[in-house]
Amino acid sequence: MIVNYGYADASGDYYIVINTDKCDGCGDCIAACPQNILELAEDDYGDVVVKVRDQVRSKVGYVCPGFNPGCSKNKVNCRSVCKHDVISHTW
Amino acid sequence: MIVAGVDIGSLSGEAVIIKDDDILSYSIVRTGAHSAKTAEKATEEALKKTSLSFKDIEYTVATGYGRIVVPFANENITEISCHAKGANYLFPSVRTILDMGGQDCKAIRCNETGKVTNFAMNDKCAAGTGRFCDVMAEVLDIPLEEIGEVSLQAEKAAMVSSACAVFAKSEVVTLLRSGSPKSEILSGIHEAIADRVFGLLQRVGIEKDFIITGGIAKNIGVVKKIAGKAGLEPLISEEPQIVGALGAALFAKERYNKG
Repeated sequence: MIVNYGYADASGDYYIVINTDKCDGCGDCIAACPQNILELAEDDYGDVVVKVRDQVRSKVGYVCPGFNPGCSKNKVNCRSVCKHDVISHTW
Repeated sequence: MIVAGVDIGSLSGEAVIIKDDDILSYSIVRTGAHSAKTAEKATEEALKKTSLSFKDIEYTVATGYGRIVVPFANENITEISCHAKGANYLFPSVRTILDMGGQDCKAIRCNETGKVTNFAMNDKCAAGTGRFCDVMAEVLDIPLEEIGEVSLQAEKAAMVSSACAVFAKSEVVTLLRSGSPKSEILSGIHEAIADRVFGLLQRVGIEKDFIITGGIAKNIGVVKKIAGKAGLEPLISEEPQIVGALGAALFAKERYNKG
């Protein structure tokens, strides 16, 4: 399942896109996130996969620095530690 | 086997009771301050239409915004999965679902078994929701149930640039003062809503068949605008507000059978 966490508003698209079909639930991305946005949880079909914490969903654009303007500059980030290319960002 | 699905939304609560493979009855009630009481009331209303009582229900799944506070539910499942399952039961050919609820709006893609494959949700603002329509109907002093039909009488749509409920409200007041016909203002409002939700639909991709669920599916004005943008005629079920609760009941059946 592809899950789009976030929203589009007048200033742009702020979605963290998670492909749960590829996620093995290792949790490496959770430790790599400087903002503590991610967590592991069981989805409706019984798979334990990464998700964006509920409290962050409606303010993703403010809490997550984004990939291109933000964490791509860090040596370690949620995408660099993922072996399966689960996470992407729209900004 | 008798099971129930209860969907506690932000503005309304629904219950669906299923016996084996058939829908026995359903109910729609306004959401009160207590989600638990809303859930009880919805279930009781649905039971009233049958010869059953609470103790006959063998398994209950709760869904929706208030799903975690339904005391008699055996389990709770997100409304995303429930809408996909409910839509798949009503129309097995459905692959794209747009649920326009009281306070949020979701675009969902599902496969032939009704399993969610992709979804996006707008829970940041009231644009494209029942609450937005509520506010506009109030400003224009037209009953909510009639705004869809009234908007169809418009020859052109008034320009409502903002889909933000707060800003759009002041735009509408200005339009009213300048003498624009209410039908044209409504047409403009519906255009703004359709624009907003179309963005959400594009995020997940639109594949036919396409269904609109939730209370706004009853607003023919919005439905026509979305159909125009999507280039697809959406399916609307007989009672679009109960699709989530129906999905929950179908999950209840599945989980009960699994033991």
